[in-house]
Amino acid sequence: MNKTLETVCSGLARRRRREIRFRWYGRIAIFVSLAFLALLITSIVARGYKAFWQTEIAIDVFLDPEELTPPTPEHLARADLAGLIKRSLRQMFPEVHDRRRKRALYRLVSSAAPYQLRDYVLAHPDRIGQTVRLWVLAGADVDLYKKGYIDPEMPASERRLKDYQIAWLRKLESEGRLVLRFNRWFLLNGDSREPEQAGIQVAFRGSLYMMLVTFALSFPLGIAAAIYLEEFAPRNNVWVDLIEININNLAAVPSIVFGLLGLAVFIGWFGLPRSTPLVGGLTLTLMTLPTVIIASRAALKAVPPSIRYAALGIGASRVQTVFHHVLPLAMPGMLTGAIIGMARALGETAPLLMIGMVAFIVDPPQSLLDPATALPVQIYLWADSPERGFVERTSAAIIVLLLFLGIMNLAAILLRKRLERRW
Amino acid sequence: MSTVITERHTTPDPESDGHRTVGDYTLAEPRITCRHVNVFYGDKQALFDINLDIGQREVIALIGPSGCGKSTFLRCLNRMNDIIEGCRVEGDIRLDDQDIYAKEMDPVLLRARVGMVFQKPNPFPKSIYDNVAYGPRIHGLAGNRTELDEIVETSLKRAGLWKEVKDRLDHPATGLSGGQQQRLCIARTIAVNPEVVLMDEPCSALDPIATATIEQLIDELRSRYTIVIVTHSMQQAARVSQRTAYFHMGRLIEVGKTTEIFTNPRHPLTEDYITGRFG
Ligand SMILES: Nc1ncnc2c1ncn2[C@@H]1O[C@H](COP(=O)(O)OP(=O)(O)O)[C@@H](O)[C@H]1O
Ligand SMILES: [Mg+2]
Repeated sequence: MNKTLETVCSGLARRRRREIRFRWYGRIAIFVSLAFLALLITSIVARGYKAFWQTEIAIDVFLDPEELTPPTPEHLARADLAGLIKRSLRQMFPEVHDRRRKRALYRLVSSAAPYQLRDYVLAHPDRIGQTVRLWVLAGADVDLYKKGYIDPEMPASERRLKDYQIAWLRKLESEGRLVLRFNRWFLLNGDSREPEQAGIQVAFRGSLYMMLVTFALSFPLGIAAAIYLEEFAPRNNVWVDLIEININNLAAVPSIVFGLLGLAVFIGWFGLPRSTPLVGGLTLTLMTLPTVIIASRAALKAVPPSIRYAALGIGASRVQTVFHHVLPLAMPGMLTGAIIGMARALGETAPLLMIGMVAFIVDPPQSLLDPATALPVQIYLWADSPERGFVERTSAAIIVLLLFLGIMNLAAILLRKRLERRW
Repeated sequence: MSTVITERHTTPDPESDGHRTVGDYTLAEPRITCRHVNVFYGDKQALFDINLDIGQREVIALIGPSGCGKSTFLRCLNRMNDIIEGCRVEGDIRLDDQDIYAKEMDPVLLRARVGMVFQKPNPFPKSIYDNVAYGPRIHGLAGNRTELDEIVETSLKRAGLWKEVKDRLDHPATGLSGGQQQRLCIARTIAVNPEVVLMDEPCSALDPIATATIEQLIDELRSRYTIVIVTHSMQQAARVSQRTAYFHMGRLIEVGKTTEIFTNPRHPLTEDYITGRFG
């Protein structure tokens, strides 16, 4: 007896050491992965957060009645609004006469300024004839200057703004006419060649619509397939086994293959319009479905059989057993699976390239059948653009994508919490 | 009835040759009759030529060493074997002279008539009320809420649980103690007003006090229902049952009045088991 105790005691210290060591391995692993995640997020946020602010310039515009009456959209579309803006810029800097400098002066404001003027006139037709102070988007270089990307101390030949331009900007700043404001254009606009006007609305809506289509199709289909396979299909049947194997294989197929399939089937055969969220959603559904089925089956398997016996034992039919008792218990797990599949679909680029969702699209889609892009594709496109403003926007779009993902996951967690109140 | 049996004996199962159940397995007024029941799990035979009558309003105990086929036999009586993959039942089982394995017999209806209580208490993860009300709801036994309330109350009263839970019917059933859960499962079963209640070792997961409560309950339920109870406790069989059937390796060895089986077993295997030489 004593001998046994001695043997046990001698090994005890070693066992404890091993346990402590193992715990440390775990902590280190978690720390390393968290550190990488933090690094990734901080670098993206550091590069992208400024895109959520945008430089705006206050100009005093004379709303010339000759040019602006009648203030109807049709008339204003033909009116020389750019001329009015140029005139007010010239009045702010009367000393500029040189043609080259004049052109530089006009470039202080974005080419979107005339549209802002149009919107203002349409909203306030009573102000025609007055001189009003209008905040318009600054040009891309002004934005860079304001955000500190252009160093005035550098030799003039190496920076994008000449000395006289910097002098104008300093004057505007001292008058309080050059201000960084929240960049609603980034959230409201579609893509643009000019970085200061480019926004993610088209890509965001494209992704949102696609997710809706994907969820609306893959969740019910996936659950139905999982329920059938798990609860009703005969076991040890060749066909059922074959279907199972194929579902597992499909989950591992590279996504670009699904893109090709979507191109051939939805666009080629069914003749659905290219570049639309509908086709994108359908393609991503193909990709997501196997994941949802596999996760849902696992969730069904995890429901204790005693629940099924209890229901069957008092005369519930198999369908009643499944829908009254098994499904509610499996729902949280199914939801988790669906969200994992959706998250993967949200970040997917390759299959969308195949079905033409890389187009340059300015107008936000109003329906599932309007052309759109998607967030990851937009990121890919902007990452390819050399302009400094697009670099910033690439990171900002990644932030939006991550937020989208975060909200989706949060919704899933909340929903699961509600369903999981399993008494 | 016995003439029918001899007629059907003309095609005996080769496996069961040389074996005959000791004691009279027939009854004058049976509720359930089983004749030549063979059960297979795949190629493996689990029950061999079981013949047994189960009477009205009696408690019959099935005893025997574990793995001898008691649960398998019990599951034959409400066709729960149907949902076990690879399980095949042969033979003739009749409930009130109706073949329960006939094509036109709906297992859903059968299980409403032959309820089952399981070894481990398995209440639904819902409220106490919903647990008891589930059966009546799916079978449409209650026309309105008042009737349903009544059914729930009577069932809980019959299961001896009403006093303990009447103030917290909306509480989760999983919050009850093991013994209460098992009585809730009994209430849930009798809420659909079955003719027969099958119980598969209903007390094996319970402490002695909860066991005593359930045993008393079984005795009370006997006035309304036929009860078939599987138990590994001979004391329990002796306390609650009027008849006892002893199973051994898939065969029904001996059946008879409980008092006789326990005081005067006729088959050596039965005697060995009862005197505790194995089991
Ligand atoms: N689902 C099953 N599949 C295969 N064999 C089974 C299954 N259930 C029970 N058996 C076998 O049938 C025999 C009887 O089992 P069972 O009825 O559970 O015995 P008991 O309830 O008397 O302990 C055992 O040999 C067991 O291995
Ligand atoms: Mg058993």
